[in-house]
Amino acid sequence: MLDTGDTAWMLASSALVLLMTPGLALFYGGMVRSKTVLNMMMMSISALGLVGVLWVLYGYSVAFGNDVGGGLLGNPAEYAGLRGLFGGTYLATEGGPPVAVPLVGTIPATVFVAFQAMFAVITVALISGAVADRMRFGPWLLFAGLWATIVYFPVAHWVFAFNGVTAQTGGWIANNLKAIDFAGGTAVHINAGAAGLALALVLGKRRGWPREPMRPHNLTLVMIGAGLLWFGWFGFNAGSAVASNGVAGITFINTFVATGAAMLAWLLTERIRDGKPTSLGAASGLVAGLVAITPSCSSVSPLGAIAVGAIAGVLCALAVGLKFRFGYDDSLDVVGVHLVGGLAGTLLVGFFATTAAPAGVNGLFYGGGVNQLWRQAVGAAAVLVFSFVMSLILAFIVKAIMGLRVTDEEEATGVDETEHAETAYDFSTLHGIGGIGTPRPSAATNAAAEHVTAGKES
Amino acid sequence: MKLVTAIVKPFVLEDVKGALEQIGVLGMTVSEVQGYGRQKGHTEVYRGAEYSVDFVPKVRVEVVADDTLADKVVDAIVEAARTGKIGDGKVWVIPVESVIRVRTGERGTDAI
Repeated sequence: MLDTGDTAWMLASSALVLLMTPGLALFYGGMVRSKTVLNMMMMSISALGLVGVLWVLYGYSVAFGNDVGGGLLGNPAEYAGLRGLFGGTYLATEGGPPVAVPLVGTIPATVFVAFQAMFAVITVALISGAVADRMRFGPWLLFAGLWATIVYFPVAHWVFAFNGVTAQTGGWIANNLKAIDFAGGTAVHINAGAAGLALALVLGKRRGWPREPMRPHNLTLVMIGAGLLWFGWFGFNAGSAVASNGVAGITFINTFVATGAAMLAWLLTERIRDGKPTSLGAASGLVAGLVAITPSCSSVSPLGAIAVGAIAGVLCALAVGLKFRFGYDDSLDVVGVHLVGGLAGTLLVGFFATTAAPAGVNGLFYGGGVNQLWRQAVGAAAVLVFSFVMSLILAFIVKAIMGLRVTDEEEATGVDETEHAETAYDFSTLHGIGGIGTPRPSAATNAAAEHVTAGKES
Repeated sequence: MKLVTAIVKPFVLEDVKGALEQIGVLGMTVSEVQGYGRQKGHTEVYRGAEYSVDFVPKVRVEVVADDTLADKVVDAIVEAARTGKIGDGKVWVIPVESVIRVRTGERGTDAI
């Protein structure tokens, strides 16, 4: 039975989650140097186009089609091109036959397709933070398309395809293991984090890293991006209720309060360790909190959400230093924020879950023992290992086919110019402000300038 | 004629400009520059990673003056720019061979 309230909320949620990808482009774009900001944003924005098309062609079918065996993969042909999901006539004429619109739960199937499409897009876009400043754009697109196909679509099936919702049989983590991952701590964040690490390892470090520190060029963009991510994340988490109801309510407020706690925790960690609380720390901390509450927002109380956020904020603030210790150039800390935050949120379900929350499970701290904790650990480990290994293989394949990196000279010049033939900012007097390309004013229109000159002369 | 060049702290620019107007200087060129002397730079921290900023922002003021006025220009700038703290900057004077006003083609002190 179609519910108009649910449908309205899910249409809005889908648009909210779409906005996260441009938000991520700003968040990442501000953190790189000014000569690579456009390429950084292009990696996110291009995922919207590429993964969106693949999703409609076969991605949704792989993720949400009927299981082909073992809970590993949906039938790629079942809903190819969204076949069978948009039937019926939508313009019901008076006295005409009843309108048959295929549903998922209480919403049109097409709305569910759109909502989940945005998840696929942002997961791919998240990876790009690990490879800033040095990857060619063509290989990025090839990797993104292959990774969505081989890694994300199947993992989304494992985690998000519940039996009897979009198809009779769904994925193994959701139905057999019964790990709780409400909105994608495993499928989105651990998945993207592990892939980012693998791709960064195959790609290699940026020239000069870590000897030369690379300063973020525009922290105001980072702050705007973080704000848009937080805004869009309400669609991501509360929208994952797939209904306009109390589950959406608790996940909404948990998403709000855990994020605040994580931001405070990151700032406190910085204040103690580095001496100053930073705006980049606030932006990073709130994203870490959003990541950690993503899997756990349906299973913890609001107080539990504060604990989950605070723990994730401290852990991620410490984890961003790991790349210097181990020498991998995860440029914008996809590992430190998304992999570590995703692991924290997924595992903390096993500690802080309470039957008072919609998921109806008790974790270790609520007398549930380790029953849920091991399920969470197995789910997290499975996605981590699968994503890391497959991403390594895909990165080597793309490297063999077309290479991954720009040349040293192109890297020094900046990939905006060498990959896209563009410059992000032109504030120079020579070009942007009335220099080359500006026609000389004619004598007749030069009165204002003469007036000023005369005033100074007299 | 002399070219007086001063590298000063950005926040003293208004005072320097006022002092030069007081002694009858009609024009100047100002540019935003970066550099370091004994003051050195400072350190910034991004996600725990230290970034040392070696070059600190300064303002360069350039004034072309008649030989008789040059010393007064130097004194005015030094007086107006001094805070007494490290990093107040430098002023130097070099001789200028000729000056030409683009609009009229006047040369020498008439062009200043």
